[in-house]
Amino acid sequence: MNDLKELYQELILDHSKKPQNFHVLEDATCTVEGFNPLCGDRYTIYLKVSGDLIHDVSFQGSGCAISKSSASLMTQTLKGKTVSEARQWFERFHSIISAAPGSSHQVKDLGKLAVFSGVSEFPARVKCASLAWHTVRAALEGKSNPVSTE
Amino acid sequence: MKGVKTEVFKQNKREQFKFDVNRYRKDFPILAEQIYGKPLVYFDNAATTQKPQVVIDAISNFYEKSNANIHRGVFLLSQKATEAYENVRKKVCHFIHAPAPEQVIFVRGTTEAINLVAQTFGRMSVREGDEIIISTMEHHSNIVPWQMIVEQIGAKLQIAPINDDGDILVEEYKKLFNSKTKLVALCHVSNALGTVNPVKELVSIAHASKVPVLIDGAQAVPHLQVDVQDLDCDFYAFSGHKMYGPTGIGVLYGKWDLLESMPPFQGGGDMIRSVTFKKTTYSNPPFKFEPGTPDIAEVIGLGAAIDYLTSIGLEQVGSYEQELLGYATEILKQIPELHIIGEACEKASVISFILDEIHPHDIGTVLDHEGVAIRAGHHCAMPLMERFSVPATARASFSFYNTKKEVDVLKQALLEGVRILK
Repeated sequence: MNDLKELYQELILDHSKKPQNFHVLEDATCTVEGFNPLCGDRYTIYLKVSGDLIHDVSFQGSGCAISKSSASLMTQTLKGKTVSEARQWFERFHSIISAAPGSSHQVKDLGKLAVFSGVSEFPARVKCASLAWHTVRAALEGKSNPVSTE
Repeated sequence: MKGVKTEVFKQNKREQFKFDVNRYRKDFPILAEQIYGKPLVYFDNAATTQKPQVVIDAISNFYEKSNANIHRGVFLLSQKATEAYENVRKKVCHFIHAPAPEQVIFVRGTTEAINLVAQTFGRMSVREGDEIIISTMEHHSNIVPWQMIVEQIGAKLQIAPINDDGDILVEEYKKLFNSKTKLVALCHVSNALGTVNPVKELVSIAHASKVPVLIDGAQAVPHLQVDVQDLDCDFYAFSGHKMYGPTGIGVLYGKWDLLESMPPFQGGGDMIRSVTFKKTTYSNPPFKFEPGTPDIAEVIGLGAAIDYLTSIGLEQVGSYEQELLGYATEILKQIPELHIIGEACEKASVISFILDEIHPHDIGTVLDHEGVAIRAGHHCAMPLMERFSVPATARASFSFYNTKKEVDVLKQALLEGVRILK
């Protein structure tokens, strides 16, 4: 069960039970829905962006512990960042969760997001971890259509 | 747990019903596999069943010794392949008690069977403003093909509701009929809840209004003896891979008059009587609906699966599965956080459940690590999930090759999941 504990780390379980920034953002400048049609996980991401700065970000919706905690930690990470910083965070996050299983892929400066490094050992769950991130990336690219992981 | 099936189970228990599960487990090579170093406990039978050696052998033997394209071949090998293919049609006919083999059409699966009826019978009989009745518990494969046709035509779907146990509300269903009702499409057994619908009664209600009925039997054929003449349904659809046969093959049964009056679904070779550039005339059923080279090896595999199931006996299979269902229901209810979704009067061996505060996907991952394969998600029945106000459920579905010991493994794995995730 060791690698299960790698996946379901304390921080992940805490954020799935008590997600942060889990509310509607009334003055959002951009709202995008993310959906995994295979499992039914569904989140709405709210962003308040002015110029190049992400002033605020929040989310609502339902899904598994991995997708919800990922969305929660993402909102904490992106608040106050610039759009180009957010893109870099997306790339960093994506590279740890999609590393080949068994590889000892290291990414520096991940902060709290390092907690998701166990996800790469569970290929079936990579899409859970990346759902909110894909959604926010689409939002930052100005896409308003719902994002689907399929 | 109530109802007829339970009665059978009790009766069998009284008679010291013995089903030698270990004898049959040996027929399935995959059951010896290990997952993360633990014995595979396969509880995703409602998604697809495992294949016995006889089915695997039938397919490889066909390719090794008898492969040729069927129909029209003058050489011996082709004639043998044709005979083997057509023999399976007779087997299917016997298996579902159809009146004649010509009423058995080979398709890719239940989904294709339903689409076939929607696009042929549907287009022929449904007009603007007409109505098609389905139920809340349908699989997407018995919702979307009808949605597509009603959108094309300007007709509409009527939905027969269910109660909290997962039983169809027969009185409400009755009220849906009117002069605009052109077809009813219902599942025999619900894939997500396990509910066994009172199909005979539902068909007779529809027939009282002269409305034909299609039954999605995908989840029924592996568990119950199906008699399409007794049910009196107009169409019956099922898949090979959910009844121990290969993927890529399924069956559509239809009443002769309907099949004869329906236009072809797809055009091509093997479904024609004659072709000129001015006009093509079509073959009679079933060939009218089987254009192109069919899935010959899969048909042969389906035949082997029918022989295998018949040799054990569906009554034996059903009784044992009811015993397992009863045991699993009792055992799983001992977990305080667990709630079963769907406790219909009569159920097939399917248990859908949710755990307080724990998402079914997370439970699925933990169980997988214990070697236990279950399904977690919406089970292609999103409207049904909405009816029960859950985004998803976990589902354990049992086959006659599963054991009580495996159910105990499931329970232990669930307790471990609760410990890790709660």
